[in-house]
Formats: sequence, C-alpha cells, structure tokens
Amino acid sequence: MSSVLSDIKKDYIISLLNNGKRDDGRNLNDMRDLKIELGIANKAEGSCYVQIGDTKVIAGVKCETGAPFPDTPNQGVFTTNAELIPMASPDFEAGPPREDSIELARIVDRGIRESGAIDFEKLVIKEGELVRVLFVDIHVMDYNGNLFDAAGIASIGALYNTKMPVLDEEGNKTEELMQLPMRKIPIPCTYAKIANSILYDPSIEEESVMDSRITVTTEDNGRISAMQKGDVGSFKKEEILDIVRRSKIRGDEIRSILKEKFSEMR
Amino acid sequence: MEKDIKFFTNGKRIDGRAIDELRNIKIEVGVFKRADGSSYIEWGGNKIYCAVYGPREAYPRFLQKSDRAILKCRYNMASFAVEERKRPGPSRRGVEIGKVTQGALEPALILENFPKCMIEVNIEVIQADAGTRCAGITAASVALANAGIPMKELVPACAAGKVEDKIVLDLCKEEDNYGQADLPLALLPRKNEFSLLQMDGDLTEDQLEEAIELGKKGCLQVHEIQKEALKKKYITEDVF
Repeated sequence: MSSVLSDIKKDYIISLLNNGKRDDGRNLNDMRDLKIELGIANKAEGSCYVQIGDTKVIAGVKCETGAPFPDTPNQGVFTTNAELIPMASPDFEAGPPREDSIELARIVDRGIRESGAIDFEKLVIKEGELVRVLFVDIHVMDYNGNLFDAAGIASIGALYNTKMPVLDEEGNKTEELMQLPMRKIPIPCTYAKIANSILYDPSIEEESVMDSRITVTTEDNGRISAMQKGDVGSFKKEEILDIVRRSKIRGDEIRSILKEKFSEMR
Repeated sequence: MEKDIKFFTNGKRIDGRAIDELRNIKIEVGVFKRADGSSYIEWGGNKIYCAVYGPREAYPRFLQKSDRAILKCRYNMASFAVEERKRPGPSRRGVEIGKVTQGALEPALILENFPKCMIEVNIEVIQADAGTRCAGITAASVALANAGIPMKELVPACAAGKVEDKIVLDLCKEEDNYGQADLPLALLPRKNEFSLLQMDGDLTEDQLEEAIELGKKGCLQVHEIQKEALKKKYITEDVF
C-alpha cells in the first residue's frame, strides 16, 4: 500500500518525530481535518462520504433479501466489500480484490459486526428462510493514508443513513421506509509506529515508512470491538495499552461528531 | 421495451424539460490530490468522478508505442450506484464503455508528445441516472485538461433519442428505458466531427439526421459548461 519513497525522506520523517513533530505540522496525536457527508448517493439505501485530510472514501449500503446462513437462521446477513480502485492511487490496479482491500474490508466488517452495532435479529423476515442481506461497499476515491479510519467511519455513517422499505411477511416491499436497527457507533482509530514513535492518523508519507500499525475499534461504552496489527513491525504491551486508551478518547470525539450528523438527518 | 408511460404533458417531458433541453450539469475541476488531473460531474441524477494519471511509462511493456502514448480508459460503476446492487468488479458493459470512451477522447489528444507512455483515465459512477457514458466522457475530457495533457480541443458528449416518435435531447431514465431510440454522441467541436457514436432502437434516416443535429446542439452547450468549469478553476478574480 506504500509508494516508493527515498531513504532521505524516511530519515527526515524520523528526525522530525524524534522532536515530536510531523511532516505536515501535526502533533503525534493530531488527526487531519475530518469531513463527513451523509446521503450523497441516492440510489444507495444509505451512503456516506468521509474525508480525512486528502483521503476520500465513499461507502454505500444496498439492502436485499435472501436465505440466512444455516448456523445463524435467526440473523440477517452482513457483507463488507472494499475496492481500491485505480482512481485512488497510481499504485492501485484494476482486478479482483487483493490482500490490501480484503484486509481493509475485514477490519471494517469486524469492527461493526463484533460491536453489535446492528441488531441482526431484527433483520429476519422468516426465521431460517428469509432475512435481510446488507451490503456495505467501500469505494476509495483518493488515497492519501489511513484508509482504515476513513472506511470505518464512512461505513458506520452509511449504515445510520440507511432508509429501506418495510417488508411484509412474505418479504415484499411496501411503500413505508424504515431505518436499520442500529445500536452502537463503533469507531476505528489507526496508529502507526515509526522508529519508536507512535502517531495517530498516518499520512501516506508516514505509511510508506512506518514499521507497523494498529487499528483499534472502540464502542460507545468504551469497550473494544476489534483490533488489528498490520505490517511487519511489533509493539510492546505498554504501547498497545496506550494506543487503546488514546483510541477510546478519540473514538468518543468522532462519535459525537457523527451523532450530531445523525440528528441533523432525522 | 416500450411501456405504458405518458412521455409528454403539455409539450413538456416527464421531468418538465422541453424536447431540446439538457438536464442540469455541474462540473468541478481538480477534486483529488493523488491523481494528476481530476473532475466531478453532476448531470441530472448522475454523479461521476474522473481521475487521470500520467503520462507515465506504459506497462505491460508490450503495450508501449514507440511514437506516442497510449490512452487507457476504465469505466466503473460503484455497486451502490444503481437500484439493484451491481456486483463489484469489471463487467462486459463497463469494458465496452471504457473502449468507446477511449475512442471518443483520443482524437482530441496530442499523444505524439509522449512516446512509450500511458495516460490513464478512470471514470467512477457513484450514482447512475441515464447517460453515464456521455457524462463520463465530458468529465474525462475536463480531467485530462486538468492533468495538463496537451489537446487540440475538449470533447463534449450528449445523447439524443426518440420517444413517442419525437426526437429529444439528453434522455432521462424513463426515456432511456422505455423510449424508442438512444443515440449517444461525442463531438470534436472545432473539427466538427463525432468521436462517439452509438445507437440502439429504431430510427428512420430523417430521424437520425434530426437526432444528430439535436445531439450536436447539446454537445455544444456541454462544451460551454466544460470551458466555464476550467475557467472557474484557473482564472483568478484579482486581475485589476
């Protein structure tokens, strides 16, 4: 996921970090400007545009009906898919999803699924036979670092933005619209480790020289619903716990921005 | 394909337009940082982004041309851009549109300046509402200009069509789905030639001529909107 960057740039970034500074003037714990827009694609049942600095992501929700998985006959089906389309970066190529986009989709998926953000039991039309099938599709438009957070926020935004037809007992669409049975707002926060510094919301330059990263998804009540360490480096226990603490605080801030957006929508 | 739809009421079309009237078009230039050139177009209910990369070395290498650059066009639709979810990934329809888009844009570009290179055009449809290929070509031409690719002229595109035996400009969704003919066109305004021409449906020779004339008028209006969008991006107010 990284572009080619000279060793000089790497040395430069590290020497800045040793003084607690970053290439773009941020402090280690600062996020770039966050912009969220709901309902930007009206053929989707729900949609959300998220911009973190120059990283731009669109997520859309489509609702269908289908058979439940045999092991969860009383739950709806939820699928997350991400596309790293060539539009977003000179390094992305067309074709079937590769490692990076699958990892991205799965991190977002776990954060939402495991937090219980969606009440899957309310998506059942006929137990064991017919349930709602939700698709979250993540479209990366402009890749400038930290896709995980942008995709995660866009996905939860799109789910809260979703209005779908109420179905009758047979699964036929009615005129009436309803929102998804949403319960929580899981927020992913991604930190990069470069040399011995831990920094929040890595830019593309920082991602290209980072040793490792961690994404922590927290919920409204401060619980952790998903984590993922990525790339080749390693973390100390103290570092992990510190990242979790910081993720909870940051998660709450982003949650309150989203809540405000959701209340404007209603 | 025809369905029981009333296409005209008091001489106005389903969406209230006159027969020779375009839908609202808005173009923004330079919307992405990573791409070398980019644009965003809203055309009626269509929402389409375009990003251009290049010129850069063409790969795979056997595609390289020793005397000029190659133009690659990719048209893709987000799975949530249409009523029924589209399966992500390439489709036969998308591949064909990419190919005709390349054919429409290439005659306006000066590719001889960049031997062995490639220029990539990526068109992403976020919301589809009839006429995405014309909107895509229109946006792509502006994005190519934004990328600084030398060109002879901009390429505007617009469809004409037939509903209830009347020739109309810029088909809306219902007219596209249940009308009698669809004729997407792209125009090279200075050369006064068409670089995109597709047609499906049923037209007489006279109707075809009328549709081409009307389509050309539409393209010329789109051309003005393209120029305005570029001017808005590059002309600064404080000249005096």
